[in-house]
Amino acid sequence: MKLLTVTELSFYLRELLDADEILRDIWVEGEVSNFNRHSSGHCYFTLKDGDSQLSAVAWKATAARIGTLPRNGDAILAHGRISYYEGRGQIQIVVDDLRPAGVGILQAQYERLKMRLEAEGLFDYSRKRALPPMPHRIGIVTSPTGAALQDILQVIGRRYPLAEVLVAPCRVQGSGAADTIVEALYALYELPVDLIIVARGGGSIEDLWAFNEETVARAVFASPVPVVSGVGHETDTTIIDYVADLRAPTPSAAAELCTPDAAELAVELAYAVERMDVCVQNQISQSRSDLAVLVRRFEQHSPERRIERDRQKLDELVQRAERRIGHVLALEQTRLQGLQRQLVALNPQAILARGYAVVRGAHQQIVTHPDHVVTGELLTITLRGGELQAKVE
Amino acid sequence: MTTDTASERYETLFARLQAIVTRLEGGDIALEESLLLYEEGTAIAVACQRLLDAAALSVQQIQQGHPQSE
Repeated sequence: MKLLTVTELSFYLRELLDADEILRDIWVEGEVSNFNRHSSGHCYFTLKDGDSQLSAVAWKATAARIGTLPRNGDAILAHGRISYYEGRGQIQIVVDDLRPAGVGILQAQYERLKMRLEAEGLFDYSRKRALPPMPHRIGIVTSPTGAALQDILQVIGRRYPLAEVLVAPCRVQGSGAADTIVEALYALYELPVDLIIVARGGGSIEDLWAFNEETVARAVFASPVPVVSGVGHETDTTIIDYVADLRAPTPSAAAELCTPDAAELAVELAYAVERMDVCVQNQISQSRSDLAVLVRRFEQHSPERRIERDRQKLDELVQRAERRIGHVLALEQTRLQGLQRQLVALNPQAILARGYAVVRGAHQQIVTHPDHVVTGELLTITLRGGELQAKVE
Repeated sequence: MTTDTASERYETLFARLQAIVTRLEGGDIALEESLLLYEEGTAIAVACQRLLDAAALSVQQIQQGHPQSE
């Protein structure tokens, strides 16, 4: 048996509690009472459950971080460590996180549903559809009065005002919200929309709970067109985020992901026009040069060119003729000279010069035989130097 | 709902423009046809640009069978 002072015992108890794994990191569920925020900023309250109660403290920094503090009567889940407060000799929880108590149950439901739907194949990546590059009609399932709708319309209006938007109003929180979401979805399934955005702005996990309902998940799964979810903030993930063809972190992001940017379309348009211009300009200049080639070839066959060529040919022929004639003349000239020489050689005068004589009878006939003359006939004898008369004896 | 949205008209026109560009770039096309296509393409581009410039988002709220509680 030991004897301890109160201080020693307090120290011992503190050590004991601090050393316990379970008590160092624990969730405690209970109802808040005697909530008191001290002027120091620290919060003191009691957690009750039936006949049991536990003191709780949330230091100033924790209280500031938690933001929305619980009120008396709230059922909460408090997270923290169990410690011994010597000053009062009591055990208490030092809270570092607080959640509404329902969440624990909801969270469990969520996990169970998620596993079941996943096993059924509702989240299969293979069944995710691509979004149409140009959505003509965009269906939006959201609250008609929420900021989410305004955000979405603003983004679509800026990026792709060519589209038509069909808003299927629903309630996005509270009991019965899930049913209105399902109805809104099915209403859009009857209309020729190209895709559907299911959206809701940020909120607490309970606020977003409708989007974790099985009926909503199955309705999204049944969509004939791609569905984009944009529920809550980036950090919130609801069941329909898994079922949707595309999960967007926020409503604005959903609108952004669903629409082409008209500014880019304008660039694409200008590019198409430029390509068309280039093509036609090229073809025109090609045609021009083709034409120039053709004109050159044509001109070679023009009458002027023909006459020119014929004239040239004629000149050539004339030249050839002239050359030919000159040649013939020269030949004739030579022949003539030869004949002339022959003629000179054959000239009777030349023979006479050599001592021959030509004898003619009385009738001027050339006498070439003695029988051609008669006695007493007077002959004329031509010599080189002249004529003389002689009588035949 | 029965009339085409600006988006549908744009898509149809732009598809035609792209077909024209493809045809022109394919070559092997008579100059006359090419000029006709160019004329058509230019008119389409103007119409497309007009759609982009003049577009104003149309928003309708559809009626459903249940009363709106919000």
